[in-house]
Amino acid sequence: MDGFIHQIFSGIATGGIYASVALALVMIYQSTHHVNFAQGEMATFSTFIAYTLIQAGVPYWVALAATFVISFAMGVAIERIFLRPMANAPELSSVGVFIGLLLIYTSVSGWIFGYTIKTFPTPFDTGHPMLGGYVSGHELGATAVTLVMLVSIYAFFRFTRLGLAMRAAAYNPVSSRLVGVRVGWMLALGWGLAAGIGSIAGCMVAPIVFLDPNMMAGILLYAFAGALLGGITNPLGAVLGGFAVGVIENIGGAYLVGTELKLTMALVIIIAVLTVKPSGLLGKTVQSRV
Amino acid sequence: MTAGTRAPTLLKPAITPMAAGGVLVGLVLAIGAAFFFSNYHLFQLTMVVVYAIAILGLSIVTGFNGQISLGHGAFYAIGAYVTAILMDKWDIPYFYTLPVSALVCACVGFLIGLPALRLGGLYLALTTFALAVAIPQLLKHKLLEDFTGGVQGIVILKPDPPFGLPINSDQWLYLFTLGVGCVMFLLAWNLLRGRIGRAMRAIRDRAVAAEAMGIDIAMLKTRTFAVSAMFTGIAGSLGAIAVQFVAPDSFTVFVSIDLFVGMIVGGAASIFGAVFGAFFIQFVPNLADEVSKAAPGAVRGMILIVFLYLAPAGMAGLTRMAIRRLRRPKTTGA
Amino acid sequence: MLRRDFLMLTAALAAGGIAGAPEARAAETPGVTKTEIKIGQTQSYSGPASSYGAIGKVQQAYFDMINAQGGINGRKITFLSLDDGYSPPRTVEQTRKLVEQEGVAFMFNSLGTPTNSAVQKYLNQKKVPQLFVATGGDKWGDPQHFPWTMGWQTSYRAEAQIYAKYILAEKPNAKIGLLYQNDDFGKDYVNGLKDVLGADRFAKMVTVVSYEATDATIDSQLVSLKTAGADVLITATVPKFGAMSIRKVHELDWHPMHFMSNVAISVGTVIEPGGKENAIGLISADFRKDATDPTWKDDAGIKQWRDFMNAHMPGADQADNNYLYGYSVVQTLMQVLKQCGDDLSRENIMKQAANIKDEEIPTLLPGILVNTSPTNFHPLRQLQLQRWDGKAWVLFGKVLQAD
Repeated sequence: MDGFIHQIFSGIATGGIYASVALALVMIYQSTHHVNFAQGEMATFSTFIAYTLIQAGVPYWVALAATFVISFAMGVAIERIFLRPMANAPELSSVGVFIGLLLIYTSVSGWIFGYTIKTFPTPFDTGHPMLGGYVSGHELGATAVTLVMLVSIYAFFRFTRLGLAMRAAAYNPVSSRLVGVRVGWMLALGWGLAAGIGSIAGCMVAPIVFLDPNMMAGILLYAFAGALLGGITNPLGAVLGGFAVGVIENIGGAYLVGTELKLTMALVIIIAVLTVKPSGLLGKTVQSRV
Repeated sequence: MTAGTRAPTLLKPAITPMAAGGVLVGLVLAIGAAFFFSNYHLFQLTMVVVYAIAILGLSIVTGFNGQISLGHGAFYAIGAYVTAILMDKWDIPYFYTLPVSALVCACVGFLIGLPALRLGGLYLALTTFALAVAIPQLLKHKLLEDFTGGVQGIVILKPDPPFGLPINSDQWLYLFTLGVGCVMFLLAWNLLRGRIGRAMRAIRDRAVAAEAMGIDIAMLKTRTFAVSAMFTGIAGSLGAIAVQFVAPDSFTVFVSIDLFVGMIVGGAASIFGAVFGAFFIQFVPNLADEVSKAAPGAVRGMILIVFLYLAPAGMAGLTRMAIRRLRRPKTTGA
Repeated sequence: MLRRDFLMLTAALAAGGIAGAPEARAAETPGVTKTEIKIGQTQSYSGPASSYGAIGKVQQAYFDMINAQGGINGRKITFLSLDDGYSPPRTVEQTRKLVEQEGVAFMFNSLGTPTNSAVQKYLNQKKVPQLFVATGGDKWGDPQHFPWTMGWQTSYRAEAQIYAKYILAEKPNAKIGLLYQNDDFGKDYVNGLKDVLGADRFAKMVTVVSYEATDATIDSQLVSLKTAGADVLITATVPKFGAMSIRKVHELDWHPMHFMSNVAISVGTVIEPGGKENAIGLISADFRKDATDPTWKDDAGIKQWRDFMNAHMPGADQADNNYLYGYSVVQTLMQVLKQCGDDLSRENIMKQAANIKDEEIPTLLPGILVNTSPTNFHPLRQLQLQRWDGKAWVLFGKVLQAD
């Protein structure tokens, strides 16, 4: 029984990793209606920037803020340089650009920062195992940060004019333009914010999985699955989905099908859920036009 | 997806004398290549044909039918393993394995296509992507280990030319693969230009309207998936014969990504775009390796992005545009 | 090179194929002239295993240094190391390019088990030496079936056998938990334990769980093993998961006798990230010196390597033990080439590779010697146990010989 509870807690801890990256995916989807496959690798690169700053003696929170700003600028730049020219291209071509970005980011991270794993500092207390040894102080702190990000994103989209304009720009660019929304800049802003959130997620994940250029390679699929499971239009859904995937994966791996098939099983469950409820547990059904 | 860029493909593609001549010349050159190139280059060309068939399969479901699949590497893997297992365990000649692998992949494709009916867009992309990620793990699972060779994979024998033909086995393998490739392309062309092809494109562009016109969307979508999986599976079989080795590490998620890239750069809804895409994914990695040992991945990414920048609708789009430019003085369009 | 091939290819296609393929010149040994030796390698410069690209880079730097010093046997070395992205089909392609197009004399230290498996038969049929493959798989020393293929490092399987014997001697009633990476590398540890314990005892004593290289964490697996009551833990992991297991075992307040695969025992990249204190008592068996271990700080062999790195690869991360690995393997190759003298036929290269006697390599542990014979294609078969004391690895016991 203790083992079972432990598996659940450890699933929640791992799920927190997926949840934080899933948030970045929701951000980009809400503001551009794309899923950026390079999201994870961009976050890794940002985390390396934070690492470099901290190594250079910059205090942790200052480094984190600076990384957010730098990543934001990078996100905006990417939209302007790489995605803008593709605005009128077939949608599949932008997927091609994402794949290109993914290749570039992984490769450049390895080239600049090397492949050996790096210990990334955490601002939270790690000395004492919390809750009877079930979770570490960092995992608790990182979950709190994820929740803060969640609330901010929710409030941003729900209550600010800018958030509304961004959603509108993604949902219906033509009409938005007609009512005076600067669609181009909204997309760029969405990229910037998604990159910024990704960088925070990276900094929260890195102390757990160690920093290396492939840090996010395995995580993105789970985050993607979590976001879709919860509903990619809903930040809360994405976070819950991320946690759910972590727990399902652990329980399945430990008790049902064995670790070799835990990924397969988790995905089968998710697909089954989606077949019944195609827009995710908390997502809104998207209407299609004839 | 804007209707404007796609509209021309809804028309029945006419066979202009120029196009027919082009195909014929291409075919003669392709056959001639068997006698003028070194064995190593023939191996590369064999892989180009293999990838072209695989990309064609992907293009059928994603380009023509609008169902995004990020996991066609899985069908490629299944096809390869079916062939390898049949050759290794039961000594079945390589050419007999192709129909078996076609059948197996079509069935698996049909099954995957079933949830695809309900899952559109991103959700289908995730499902297929997940399949691609899971396939290496399934292949090395202990229940299948006796057949698949587990993590070590299977080494298979290279076929010799039949009937005592005076050519070496690389030449034969290339010609054999080319022959199968021609048959597959002919089948695809025949399928896509007809009534079924039109229905597939109608579903892609205006699903509800298509249904209103009496197209059985569910049936057609699953069948399209099955056909597409069959094409890619046969490519996998041919690839296994050419490489003479299969292992879980040969079929990581990058195979699916490569095929997807090949489809995009060729032009998603284009039969001959698949050939260009195949050349692209075969030769660009080596080119990147030549340019930089430090970050070949970055070079590959840059080449891809720059190419898409120059030809957003892929090679097929570029060609269409060029042809339109050439013809503009004479006509105003079909 | 490729661009040229590609242009040639298209040009030939366009011209209706007038340009013929370059005929292979009938030289005595391909790749060997009075002034040059051509050596080929496939390596992961891109893809999931690109961290190992460091091996190819350090070897390139080494050959450059040798050439600057006048080469070997009066010949300069041309080292062609091509990227295969750790994908077997591309390994086949690149290997064929190296053998058929570039005409290398032999292949050296190509990376990976699946990749080398894909070309093993081809190279043996062509009688091209496949020397010192960069993988610790057990199957690379099989002169009867593959007389042109030779491994280099002590196999993972032999390492696992040593752990099993040690456990039987120290803790005969142990409950063993084995965590392995679900690929050829991890599976060798399962096999090694089975070799010593036998199938029955293995089933009784050992709880086995696996992880995938793409998993985010291995927490769940370790919790399972602890819950199963294991008092001995063997982690057959790569560095990242090795560091995680050290940390997680500590967090779980679990104190098993912990054996770590020697792939993941670098002080700089595993022990420190995992926690120096957390790792106290960790056991492993190795054949190399670890450049980040304070024990070898003033060691002559490590110093020699450091001087080389500073002079020829400035700026490289010296905590990355792939640089040390690549440097060590190249020493064995130089020994082989020296022994070959002026006869650089493929037969003689293979013959000399199978005739190394007690070669000492300065970057390997004292007492570890390279030995080969026509029936022994495992150049390294020795390991020594060591224990982490909180500051450094402490060797104990004798140098052990694998069966």
